[in-house]
Amino acid sequence: MDIFDTFFNVSVLIRTYPLLLTGLWVTIQIGVVSIAVGLILGLFLALVRLYAPAPAQLLARVYIDVMRSIPLLVLLIIIYYALPFVGLRLSPFVSAVSALSLVSGAYTAEIFRAGIEAIPKGQFEASGALGLSKRHMMVDVILPQAIRIVIPPLTNNCINVMKDTALASVVAMPDLLKQATQAQALAANPSPLIGAAMIYILLLWPLVAMVSRLERRFGKADR
Amino acid sequence: MLPHIRIRNLRKTYGTFTALDGIDLDVAEGEVICVVGPSGSGKSTLIRCINRLEDFDPGSEITVGGTPVKPGRALEKVRAEVGMVFQSFNLFPHMTVLRNVMLAPMRVRGLPVPDAEKRARDLLARVGIGEQADKYPGKLSGGQQQRVAIARALAMEPKAMLFDEPTSALDPEMVGEVLDVMRVLAGSGVTMIVVTHEMGFARQVADRVIFMDGGRIVETGTPTQIFDAAREARTRNFLGAVLNH
Repeated sequence: MDIFDTFFNVSVLIRTYPLLLTGLWVTIQIGVVSIAVGLILGLFLALVRLYAPAPAQLLARVYIDVMRSIPLLVLLIIIYYALPFVGLRLSPFVSAVSALSLVSGAYTAEIFRAGIEAIPKGQFEASGALGLSKRHMMVDVILPQAIRIVIPPLTNNCINVMKDTALASVVAMPDLLKQATQAQALAANPSPLIGAAMIYILLLWPLVAMVSRLERRFGKADR
Repeated sequence: MLPHIRIRNLRKTYGTFTALDGIDLDVAEGEVICVVGPSGSGKSTLIRCINRLEDFDPGSEITVGGTPVKPGRALEKVRAEVGMVFQSFNLFPHMTVLRNVMLAPMRVRGLPVPDAEKRARDLLARVGIGEQADKYPGKLSGGQQQRVAIARALAMEPKAMLFDEPTSALDPEMVGEVLDVMRVLAGSGVTMIVVTHEMGFARQVADRVIFMDGGRIVETGTPTQIFDAAREARTRNFLGAVLNH
């Protein structure tokens, strides 16, 4: 068997690609839901950390630091294998989405916080001096500017979440990686793994390229 | 008649540094006051306390139109009645000039879009930049941006206007256009407090000039009293230095 038969076996790939595609669909579902939940959670945490009363700020800070310190795989295993002992039995999908969004929310919070803190003080003062409420100040003046700043790092975070969806395979989630390993076992050939790798790359390369482009563009606008 | 803005024993300290050292000031409705003095004398801090962009020490008292200026809901009300123009313009860069002017009347006063737009266009025409309404602030010159900032503050129909060195960040050739707008405004009955280094403007437009140094009001009087016959040596020294350079 040469290297092509082992790793790039076309007939194996053709046989297994429907399986890979169902896995891809699951991966996309986990990724998109986790990213969405993570964004909402992150914005909420950032606002709490910046503007809530001191005890709530501290709580948000502890949460963010803990979630950034814990390995995602450990968190996922705790959610899926440990929580049932206290009666909380979550499906593989919910477990994966929970772990991913809890962690993504922490990173997103730090990104939003940095974005908000990058807005010049004069913007807060001008909107305050006009009599705008805190809410309108945020919604109309601060966040629209902050979001522009944080689009590149947020996209980066989305890429990380999409990649981390592969960890869901350890809780029996039939995602792209899980399907690929299964196909590999069935076909007794690792080509499906290579196929999965290609699919991950095809899925994420455009996002990676977009981040570089955005960073270049925003970098120019600053000068 | 009650003063429009009433300040009693206003103190502000940062650690051991005293920025404002017991200011008392009454400003009548429609009065135009220019505050002059060396940098670090506390003049910007003084007007930033009036709408509480700057916190001040307990025991100090400021009322605007009878309402005490203290944190909470009432503060938003006071701020809605007191316009402010900053040295660095602080326009909202992500909105067109028109939206900059429309925002607060819509959000704070609940003005419907057509009314807010009409008011904004009228004001922009009044400050001489009607044709720039749909541009973004970044495309405008400093003088134009500052005139937008004045229109934005006026859109709230404030009873008082605070100007914090409105021409200090401008290229010299643009100072005149901003002062012209302020001159017209001064004749319109709005209470104005202007922190400025433009002595010509102060002499011509102010009802009263205040000279500050070291966080205190050293001397206050009509422009003629201050510029031609200052009682205090400190005032004469400062004016001598700025007028004869």
